[in-house]
Amino acid sequence: MLIRFRNSCDPAGSEITPESVYINRRRFLAGGAAAAAAMMSGLAVPAAAQGKAAPLPGDIGKSSLSTDEVQTPFDAVTRYNNFYEFGTDKEDPARYASQLKVRPWALTIDGLCGKPGTWDVDALIKANRLEERVYRLRCVEAWSMVIPWVGIPMADVLKQAEPLASAKYVAMQTLLDPAQMPGQRRSILEWPYVEGLRLDEALHPLTILCVGLYGQVLPNQNGAPIRLIIPWKYGFKSIKSIVRLTFLETMPPTTWNRSAPDEYGFYANVNPAVDHPRWSQKRERRIGEFFRRDSLPFNGYAEQVAGLYAGMDLVKWF
Amino acid sequence: MVLAAPTASHRPRRRSDRLIRFVAKPVVFVACLLPLAWLAWHVAAGELGANPIEKMNRFLGDWALRFLLISLAVSPLREIGGWPVLMRFRRMLGLFAFTYVVLHLSSWIGVDQFFAWAHIWADIVKRPYITIGMGAFLLLIPLAATSTAGMIKRLGAKRWKRLHMLVYPAAALGCAHFFMMVKADIREPLIYAGILVALLGWRAATRRWLAISRPSPSSRGSVAPIPPPVSSAPPR
Repeated sequence: MLIRFRNSCDPAGSEITPESVYINRRRFLAGGAAAAAAMMSGLAVPAAAQGKAAPLPGDIGKSSLSTDEVQTPFDAVTRYNNFYEFGTDKEDPARYASQLKVRPWALTIDGLCGKPGTWDVDALIKANRLEERVYRLRCVEAWSMVIPWVGIPMADVLKQAEPLASAKYVAMQTLLDPAQMPGQRRSILEWPYVEGLRLDEALHPLTILCVGLYGQVLPNQNGAPIRLIIPWKYGFKSIKSIVRLTFLETMPPTTWNRSAPDEYGFYANVNPAVDHPRWSQKRERRIGEFFRRDSLPFNGYAEQVAGLYAGMDLVKWF
Repeated sequence: MVLAAPTASHRPRRRSDRLIRFVAKPVVFVACLLPLAWLAWHVAAGELGANPIEKMNRFLGDWALRFLLISLAVSPLREIGGWPVLMRFRRMLGLFAFTYVVLHLSSWIGVDQFFAWAHIWADIVKRPYITIGMGAFLLLIPLAATSTAGMIKRLGAKRWKRLHMLVYPAAALGCAHFFMMVKADIREPLIYAGILVALLGWRAATRRWLAISRPSPSSRGSVAPIPPPVSSAPPR
């Protein structure tokens, strides 16, 4: 426990993955999922990730909301994760998340809505148009990635439940199952992990419920089978392995805010002007790059989302 | 009390002394370099994971703290186990602790921050855990600088020992530095802190803050017995 050497037979780190190897989005779309899978096995994907690497059903649409920045290699995206349900080490989720049974999976939507109910995730995937969204992901720990997520606009899902006018917030909850999620056997955080959004944030076109990445079914360590992606907020807002969405009138509690209220706010918008009390948020390390780069307000999505916070003091509402 | 009584080793058993100097010490020296070799190997092979800079930094910091605690464990182990010979390794262990501290700091300044002095200075001033880490480093500098037999003579054993008590606050700051930087999982820093408390607690309980400073019963004066731990040469 104390002295943790990494397994020396682990595959090589992403930083040396040759540029020619990692998946370029266009090439991927042209070559199809099978070719992509073959190329990825060439990247020595860990068994846990490989086992789940199945193509998603149906066509995956493109989106004008995607960035054309260089994408972080699949290997890094699936082996460097914060998912404390499976341990606090970055490599723990890739090691242990294969224990999680992700099918069948029920997603409950309830609270202040006209049509509460429970949806099967596969049925949800079939019933909705999947879109690829290549987004920047900025972790509160000052590192970042560019990831080709695949998902459903969250608004499409939420509207099916017909939220009432009184609904102002959406509370979200991760599965609670210490038998499958060993990290939940210790009270490092208060389990289950909960997050929340203002309803207008949840309905924003950038916000998606994500079911895949790199054209494949979402690997367990990335929050399978269904997770939130909200790209202008720090990564911890993008809750993983969701089992419940609840419409509320009042602001719901959120896990990291409960854990350290002075360090993690409800909004948690990426903001280089507001430092984490213990470290600077001015710059970030893009995984795979040597030099730190400047962090951008709203993670570079200010044009689309700054209006949601017009008139708000973002230092107070960090 | 049984000490590394200079009287006992006054008539040096030359064979065992040679064994320490030419076998045991080189072995320990190489062992202390193993973490560094592991790191160099993994850097060269590109096997430090998705965020190699962070991993290198943490790895060097972990070992800096481990070597600090190992150095501080020498005196208690010598007393409890009755192994005076351990003292012959203490200086080397302490200097390795300092080496890993310097490497940890260098990797933060030179690799992680890449000499962005404005950001580095802002972090040192604004981030308590970094301020504290720097404090620990500063406290260790005079200890490394006065680690030679010549410096012990020049300072006098008493003053030298008093100066080297700085290792206690330095180790405490090191543990605090680690504790303050973790996000939620405080188990690992607590283990380090627990070990430090045990090591310092032993000194408090046995009043051996000055480690080997108890005057030997034969009262050989305060200058003559150069403390065995820091002296690589056999007492003459």
